[in-house]
Amino acid sequence: MASGDIDVAYVAKLARLALTPAEVERFGAQLGALLEHVDRLAALPVADVGATAQVIAQSNVMRDDVVRPSLDRETVLGGAPERDGAYFRVPRIIGEDA
Amino acid sequence: MSATLDAAAAPIAIGGVAYEVVMGIECHVELKTETKMFCGCRNVFGAEPNTNVCPVCLGMPGALPVPNRLAIELLVKAGLAFGSEIPAYSKFDRKNYFYPDMPKDYQISQFDMPLTQGGVVPFWLPDGTHGSCRLTRIHLEEDTGKSSHASRDGRIAGSTHSLVDFNRAGVPLMECVSEPDIRSAPAAVAYLEALKRTFVALGVSDVKMEEGSLRCDVNLSLRPVGQEEYGTKTEIKNMNSFNSVRRAIESEMARQAEILENGGRIVQETRGWDEAAGTTHSMRSKEQAHDYRYFPDPDLTPIEFAPLDVTRLRESLVGLPQARIDRFVSDDKLSIAQAHQIVDTPGLADYYDAATALTEKPQATANFVLGDLSRLANETGVPAGESRLGVESLAEIVALVEAKTINSKTAKDLIARVWSDGGSPREIVAAEGLGQVSDSGAIDTLVAAVLAANEKSVADYRAGKTKVMGFLVGQVMKQSRGTANPTLAEERLRAALGDGAE
Amino acid sequence: MSDATAVEIARSVNAGESSAAKRARAANDRIAERDGVIGAYLSVTSELARTHAARVDARIAAGERLPLAGVPLAIKDNMCVTGTRTTCASKILADWIAPYTATAVQRLLDAGAIPLGKTNLDEFAMGSSCENSALGKTANPWDLGRVPGGSSGGSVAAVAGGEATVSLGSDTGGSIREPAAFCGVVGFKPTYGRVSRYGLIAFASSLDQIGPIATTVADAALVYDVMAGHDPMDATSVDRPVELASPGLREDLRGVRIGIVREFALTELDPAVRAVYERAYADLEKLGAELVEVALPTAEYGIATYYLIAPAECSSNLARFDGMRYGLRVEGRDVGATYEATRAAGFGDEVKRRILIGTYALSSGYYDAYYVRAQKARTLIAGDFAKAFASCDAIACPAAATPAFAFAAKTDPVSMYLMDYYTIPMSLAGLPSLSVPCGYVTPAGGTSPMPLGLELSAPLFAERSLLGIAHAYERGTRHAEARSIPDLPRTAVAR
Ligand SMILES: [Zn+2]
Repeated sequence: MASGDIDVAYVAKLARLALTPAEVERFGAQLGALLEHVDRLAALPVADVGATAQVIAQSNVMRDDVVRPSLDRETVLGGAPERDGAYFRVPRIIGEDA
Repeated sequence: MSATLDAAAAPIAIGGVAYEVVMGIECHVELKTETKMFCGCRNVFGAEPNTNVCPVCLGMPGALPVPNRLAIELLVKAGLAFGSEIPAYSKFDRKNYFYPDMPKDYQISQFDMPLTQGGVVPFWLPDGTHGSCRLTRIHLEEDTGKSSHASRDGRIAGSTHSLVDFNRAGVPLMECVSEPDIRSAPAAVAYLEALKRTFVALGVSDVKMEEGSLRCDVNLSLRPVGQEEYGTKTEIKNMNSFNSVRRAIESEMARQAEILENGGRIVQETRGWDEAAGTTHSMRSKEQAHDYRYFPDPDLTPIEFAPLDVTRLRESLVGLPQARIDRFVSDDKLSIAQAHQIVDTPGLADYYDAATALTEKPQATANFVLGDLSRLANETGVPAGESRLGVESLAEIVALVEAKTINSKTAKDLIARVWSDGGSPREIVAAEGLGQVSDSGAIDTLVAAVLAANEKSVADYRAGKTKVMGFLVGQVMKQSRGTANPTLAEERLRAALGDGAE
Repeated sequence: MSDATAVEIARSVNAGESSAAKRARAANDRIAERDGVIGAYLSVTSELARTHAARVDARIAAGERLPLAGVPLAIKDNMCVTGTRTTCASKILADWIAPYTATAVQRLLDAGAIPLGKTNLDEFAMGSSCENSALGKTANPWDLGRVPGGSSGGSVAAVAGGEATVSLGSDTGGSIREPAAFCGVVGFKPTYGRVSRYGLIAFASSLDQIGPIATTVADAALVYDVMAGHDPMDATSVDRPVELASPGLREDLRGVRIGIVREFALTELDPAVRAVYERAYADLEKLGAELVEVALPTAEYGIATYYLIAPAECSSNLARFDGMRYGLRVEGRDVGATYEATRAAGFGDEVKRRILIGTYALSSGYYDAYYVRAQKARTLIAGDFAKAFASCDAIACPAAATPAFAFAAKTDPVSMYLMDYYTIPMSLAGLPSLSVPCGYVTPAGGTSPMPLGLELSAPLFAERSLLGIAHAYERGTRHAEARSIPDLPRTAVAR
């Protein structure tokens, strides 16, 4: 693991966070310090260890295909930042990936 | 490597070199469930906007997904129908990217451990050759909402804003990914039709392209015949019918061929099909690779299929269309078009199979089933299997025709009558004397009467206007209420008029 | 404190000696009187409390008996309650009204609890001091110049300050236990999956767990018993019978083996703090427990592991706050710019830091080195606990290394992260774990004694045993009763 090489601007783009240059610098330093701490994991012998995604081992938790009530549309759209009739209104989408 | 034997895959000559087209297809198919993939909202097409939504499918804070068992089983059945392997362990992952119609800004999908792996889709091409395409995998994911764009042509480009309806968000979607085995536009369509008829037969999906319950992307490249390495591919999207798939492929093949012909390079990109223009256009370049940050969804548990469950699902697969088509073509000697038409009409293959078991005359049965029965089904809106014309009745009619007891005109009338009123064709024929009259004496009596009543026609005939014969035969048929053997009637008329018999 | 416990209130309301309406009124008056000083609540739901109280009284009058009849309840503001502002103490949700109710909350309300209001927290439950709230400042009732701990600072301060009888917190890496220790109350995190997360606004899905905060272990057990159990709306909630904890409360520790963690040497603590914990261990022994040394060699990797897994999950969980469907929108020239502006304005620095680190840990090229490695470390940490529990029934250790610190005392993120040193390993292992008051120290520069908490942790699903042990310790030591909160000034602290 390499520490302190975090490209904050790239990561912020992925995370859709607008950062000022000063924030890029500040967060970069703070995250670098955390990554330095995190680097101690390199010392752990994990080659033959399984990854734990869930600490309680369960599988096949599913539901039956049974209808449950949906929300009232006015409730749903009432909380929207902007609506247009029965729809959520969102700003202009540029390209296929917004 | 290719599993396809595709006679339609004629090489394309580019600069004196023979090229072939290489295609893989990704299909998104909405599963036919009552409810969505991870919540209890209804999975229906065409509801009022934003009415089938809840905290889960709107991605509201704190809401959690719980997978729909039926959706998982439908997908596994779809895979089993094509001989896919069902891994013992499968899991859901999050695919992270932002899009306004994706409520959580991640899509629950499957990354490295899909529900099915492998499998083969066999199909017949219209020219009678057989082809197949290997499946890479089928995985389960959730659909997104639907955005409509406020611009003159409804496209994103030039829009001022978009409107979003989340009714479709969270609908169970299976993605079928094929290997690059497809070598022609007809093969692509035959592959899609094979998928469609299997999914419909299994009740896995409605597969309505016009409602978006089947969407497909075609990855297409050209390479010199015999070259191992693939050419640079483009991905074609936005086709809304099998016909537009065919046209889009042909258009894109021509576009790529022209670029190569002129010494240019193909750019790897996504291209949208424009139905009206009949061309593809560039949508976005694949250069800026996505970083989807897949990781196992911590809100969901893995799916572990026990061998017993797989066996149970496998045993639930009955009447798979491809096997039937193969049987109809090889055993029953039906044409590929006939076989496809019977299988693609809901319930018709069952009817045909049951009737053929009684008649033992597949071709004659198929002719009735695809002719009179299909016409009546269209006219009355009642499928053959639900009409009053049971398979026993059809078998009687086939037998009566084969024995020349009735003629085809009578058969047609009988079918229409029994279709709506029921009853035994054999008994009706007996009771009403509808049996074909093949007795020369009886016919001669009718012939004499007809000639006597149509002196002008007789004179015309004798004057050389031999085409009045058709009219005279018709008169005999009319006199016999349709029961006369028309061949015999003509023979006796000619004899009576002094033709040939002298 | 002289306030009635939840057990006492439920008994008296069920017996008709008191009423839910009276309890709701009294609790509301208490909030009006004190919350200007403490700042535990982000919103007070007096109307909802009145409605619920009336309903409870009607049910009691109709002959029903309810386990939480008339018990005043505060709810951490990262749990949805229909019709209430549910903010996560974030500007991005500052005005969001939840259209549904979290399962755990619903169970308590159905059992007769009275919803007093929604309490402050570190934004999206990310923090250890409650200072990361974008919407309010909560003070430690023991010393208003000090933090209540976090992230469930408001819920803990509400109970410690007498503004609620019990409350709900959520614990991802210590967010119930650390503040409970700082404020001298009982804070209990059940086994992961034991209480439904449906309606709890996710921070880190594989770690988040709702738990009760109370003044006594018996009250915590009572609340736990009502809300534990399978929920079909949460696929990670465990479908196995709940062993009720209340009947297992015990008075001594005879036959109980308590593990003392070799790697958590008390010698590293401040001498006064160390003395309290040494006394606590001795008290356990005095009550009949056998102390055994256990090893958790990988526990020291807890924070490194946690600060990869939790941010990774959070980076994905918080993507939905994008200004499209609900919450804050800061309009940009297009969708992409709107996302970026909304999230920049809506999230505070700590949330941004964690989103960034989590996005990085999952990003192409780093996933295996960071995220997968952390998941493997998690396996090792859980394995260490499994081994340790082969020789003990519960593990005892400090809940935090220090008492509550002063506001603005910790400016460097990593030093704040280290506050959860003793709580994170148990979270990673999914264990039931709690903090129970175990004594007081007067910090250097402090004016009043501050509480400390003893953390007790047990094997998965051993809630009954764990609460039983904690109860015996509490009854045997009576730390919670030993001191009372100093009189609160009448003037409000700066909000
Ligand atoms: Zn829904």
